Amino acid sequence: MAKVLIVAEHDGAVLNPSTAKCVACATAIAGTEIDVAVLAASAAAVASDAAKLDSVARILTVENAANEYALSAILAPQVVALADGYDYIFGPSTTFGKDLMPRVAALLGLNQISDIMSVEGSHTFKRPIYAGNAIVTVTAPTGKPVVATVRTASWQAVDATNSAPVESADIAVDIPSHTRLVSVESGQSDRPDLQTASTVVSGGRALASSENFDIIFALADKLGAAVGASRAAVDAGYVPNEMQVGQTGKIIAPDLYFAIGISGAIQHLTGIKDAGTIVAINKDEEAPIFEVADIGLVADLFKALPELTNAL
Amino acid sequence: MEKILVGLKRAIDYNVRVRVKNDGSGVETDGVKMSINPFDEIALEEALRIKDRGDASEVIVMSIGTDAAQQQLRTGLAMGADRAILVDAVDSIDPLSRARVFQEIVNREGVELVILGKQAIDDDNSQIGQMLAAIWGRPQATFASKIELNGNTARVTREVDAGLELVDVDLPAVISVDLRLNEPRYVKLPDIMKAKKKPLDQIPIADLGIESSSIIEDSHFEPPAARQKGIIVDDVAGLVSALTEKGLL
Repeated sequence: MAKVLIVAEHDGAVLNPSTAKCVACATAIAGTEIDVAVLAASAAAVASDAAKLDSVARILTVENAANEYALSAILAPQVVALADGYDYIFGPSTTFGKDLMPRVAALLGLNQISDIMSVEGSHTFKRPIYAGNAIVTVTAPTGKPVVATVRTASWQAVDATNSAPVESADIAVDIPSHTRLVSVESGQSDRPDLQTASTVVSGGRALASSENFDIIFALADKLGAAVGASRAAVDAGYVPNEMQVGQTGKIIAPDLYFAIGISGAIQHLTGIKDAGTIVAINKDEEAPIFEVADIGLVADLFKALPELTNAL
Repeated sequence: MEKILVGLKRAIDYNVRVRVKNDGSGVETDGVKMSINPFDEIALEEALRIKDRGDASEVIVMSIGTDAAQQQLRTGLAMGADRAILVDAVDSIDPLSRARVFQEIVNREGVELVILGKQAIDDDNSQIGQMLAAIWGRPQATFASKIELNGNTARVTREVDAGLELVDVDLPAVISVDLRLNEPRYVKLPDIMKAKKKPLDQIPIADLGIESSSIIEDSHFEPPAARQKGIIVDDVAGLVSALTEKGLL
């Protein structure tokens, strides 16, 4: 039986949904036993979230004051110490996993596979390249562990009906002091998280100002949706970058996506490729967004949007 | 500090619509415009600004690849880099070997700061900076949108999913840069002429004693699955009823 170690992503209190998607990817490999590692200052809450994930055999916790915030230089040597005996070491393809997993791979003397979107065999996977304009099939060498990140938008989270045992892992590693967290500024509101929301409303450059984004927020509030933006809107300074959807921002897969005043540059389309239903509102009927939209409305967004918000 | 090293990867220009070859053996590169990976251009701009402020004395640009990458290195020299190093290797060289090449050059040159793009827009791997920092045993600050140098440390603002993270890293360190860090300068014609006289050293990868291992093989390329074209509704009422029909409202 092949052994999989998944590095849990969390904020110290709550498990990030990206972890359940990594588990889903691991279950697509035939005959695996899946462990989840929780590295934290205090792991109990996150470990109990992780223990509920279906198909997980056990949770390994590593508690260390240095793990209060996820810094790759600090986490990587601990993951390497845990990785002994595992055939696969996975993390999510979020900024957390993208930062951490190549460091883990290099410490193990291995290459890493980025953004697994499907499992084709025990060592064969598909992944997107060129901003999703091509999909490449890659094969990792057998006889060595596979270190990879999992493209979260390609996987459905496993259910949470399990109660896997939680064990404390005893590892001894030197923790470097050369990397120190100063602060984290989050523009987070009470709205759902963009990465995991089932409905997302995004605005583009056509909104023309930061104030005009209010009509996007109004629709999102009515729908209980998260708010995103195109790179053009972010570059124009209408909204902060953490709201950016696309190849250079967040890659998301909501059930319902609204693209409002977004032309549909390739880089944006890459970020919403896996969305369930795409709705586009744009006054330019030639806009490329209509090529991928399931439901399109050619209209002035400043008229259509308040009307839509009122109609809901 | 003395030296900043910047990686410049030759990649298909970001304006080109990439097409997969019919036989699935790769993507079409014949007659396709090649440029510096845009994130690497931002990395170089930042290094040049650090030097312009007097916080570094030399900016070295480096590429790993075939002779063709000389073109991107010359562009880097025209932007203002002092000299260039081309490590001759096949373009398909794996990320870990690339990181080892960077490590060798860092050691030879005594580099204190390596600035790289956060990812290359061809393979979209986003690995080299993290791997180099790992084998060098030094800090990494990836996805940087602001860099402040204070003596022997750098305070870096990182663009992470949760928002903005500020970290202090001791130098030497590896920083990988995101889009909002800066706007790269345009190259002027006289600078292109001047760049022709700047040194560009070529080093065969064999001289660095690096052997590729644990290679991940690319076996087949295909275009992404296309989405079905949908319907166009006439008005907001039509939109609401289409969404209701799909059970989405």
